[in-house]
Amino acid sequence: METILTWCCDVLRNPQWFYLITTVLKLALVFAVILAFVVLSVWIERRVAGWIQDRPGPNRAGLPLFLLKPFGSKEKQPLSKLLQFFGCPPDGVVARLCRWLRFDREIPTFGLIQPCLDGGKLFLKQEITPKYVRTFYFILAPMLVLGPPLVAAAVVPFASGAGTPFGHIDMCVANLDIGPLWVFAVSGLSVYGLTLAGWSSNSKYPFLGGLRATAQFISYEVAMGLSVIPLLMVYGTLNLQEIVQSQADGGWTLLPLWGEGLSLQRWVLFLPLGISFLMFATCIFAEANRTPFDMAECETDLVGGYHTEYSSMKFASFFMGEYAAMVIGSAMVVTLFLGGWSIGFGADAWLANCNEWLAVLCQFAMFLVKLLAFIFFFVWVRWTLPRFRWDQVMKLCWLVFIELAVVNIVLTAVILYFVH
Amino acid sequence: MSYIPIKRPKFSLLDRIYVVELAKGLWITLRHLVLSVMGKSRSRKDFNSKGVGICMPFPEQRWDAHLPSYYRGAPSLVRGEDGRERCVSCQLCEFICPARAIRVVPGSVDPSSPTPKQEKAPLEFEIDMLRCIYCGMCQEVCPEQAIFLSNQYLLTLTDRSKAVRTKEDLYRLGGTRKGLINKWNQYK
Repeated sequence: METILTWCCDVLRNPQWFYLITTVLKLALVFAVILAFVVLSVWIERRVAGWIQDRPGPNRAGLPLFLLKPFGSKEKQPLSKLLQFFGCPPDGVVARLCRWLRFDREIPTFGLIQPCLDGGKLFLKQEITPKYVRTFYFILAPMLVLGPPLVAAAVVPFASGAGTPFGHIDMCVANLDIGPLWVFAVSGLSVYGLTLAGWSSNSKYPFLGGLRATAQFISYEVAMGLSVIPLLMVYGTLNLQEIVQSQADGGWTLLPLWGEGLSLQRWVLFLPLGISFLMFATCIFAEANRTPFDMAECETDLVGGYHTEYSSMKFASFFMGEYAAMVIGSAMVVTLFLGGWSIGFGADAWLANCNEWLAVLCQFAMFLVKLLAFIFFFVWVRWTLPRFRWDQVMKLCWLVFIELAVVNIVLTAVILYFVH
Repeated sequence: MSYIPIKRPKFSLLDRIYVVELAKGLWITLRHLVLSVMGKSRSRKDFNSKGVGICMPFPEQRWDAHLPSYYRGAPSLVRGEDGRERCVSCQLCEFICPARAIRVVPGSVDPSSPTPKQEKAPLEFEIDMLRCIYCGMCQEVCPEQAIFLSNQYLLTLTDRSKAVRTKEDLYRLGGTRKGLINKWNQYK
């Protein structure tokens, strides 16, 4: 026992091994969080869609208690036994509440396991690969859609750093100095997936969808890159961890209410940064291929767009890729504009003084909450706005956004130079 | 002119900037969301909704009390007030049925029965509920007012062989119907 412990300590004391182990752990955490959020965002999408349309949405998928039957339990017995055990009358408030929550039939999950069941269903479905497709690219395409968002997540900081006896851990898988560039570059790769899917399907509608995806992604990438430049000018760094740190110290980009954020300059800068936020959020919508910009899979005119010919798990990976892109897009918006992991109002520094690990936990939770809120915003917009026309999408990008972004950069530079 | 030119509205600059209109739209959907989560959606009373939004959570709450009198559920055979089987097995329903769900085997009536003039009565009367499309044409075509569509709508089968309803099943579902039919009175 003693020898094992000392061996572990020795391994951890070696900086290379320490780096490797912590990175693998962080990687596993980020992967788990993203995949969980993919499932969660499907659930949020469907529930919120239901609520907005005055219906409950998927609220029934629970773990039915009749599964217990083979183990000698009748359908409705567990609840009544439980109530008897606690001495509650069978017609009392507690019993009625339990029945309203459907405890007598199932262990309720409020539909949370519905996406998992859907995934299982898709997994078990027949895989149909049409004869006329180009098989290699047809199989490659879903991987190219699902992969990039997961890789892009590497640079997103999910908490500040914390010290251990063996060294400092930075709560970010890869603390690159080119954070946003990495995200744009890697998530831009997913357009190859859509294009290849459209092309290799060898069919009319997927082809049109692929073409649209190509044009839209490339156009909006330009606008997206230009729209964050004011922000980078203000913070003077491309390192996401440092950007978030300065937001924690000096007010979030869109909420400069403490620290340095109360200066005149930051309040004047609110205008270009606000424009920047609007443009960046819109470009993220376009990049994540979400309504109102889901031109590539527009069911009304393109059947299913680029994934028309796909079925079973290949379709599911397109589906997951779309939601993963949405999660990463939200993470980027949260990191750049809404303060990333920072709790705000100087609470970060105070917590870090109390206990570093407690601060890390709180910040991680805060990050997830912000992420969820922005995913909700994604869904909310989806059920508010109708899909744009194709020429409107292109016009919005080339005639409005790019010009506006350039003007915005100039405006920021002027403000930074003159206002202090 | 064969077409009517529609005058498109002229958008102001504020409309074209789109942000304000977007905010208004978001406000509308948010209001819907909040109201439906609170269970206060508009016109939920008309739909007799008890749950979220304007939906009736089905197995717990049912439409039964709100079914209209003309609801077309599973077809059934009825008896008259005197307990006589109204069906005279004319087979019109069998011929009209667009889904060919009905099968009638005619039989003769016992001469000692109260209505020997009727001559025929169904020996077998089967409706295949897997074929039935609830169109109600059998009810419409029946000259004897013997077949009616009931308001039974829960037809969940665990076995295909249970889908065919026999004469006994149909009479059990239909029961007796008010109103005297004097047509087959032998003294008439």
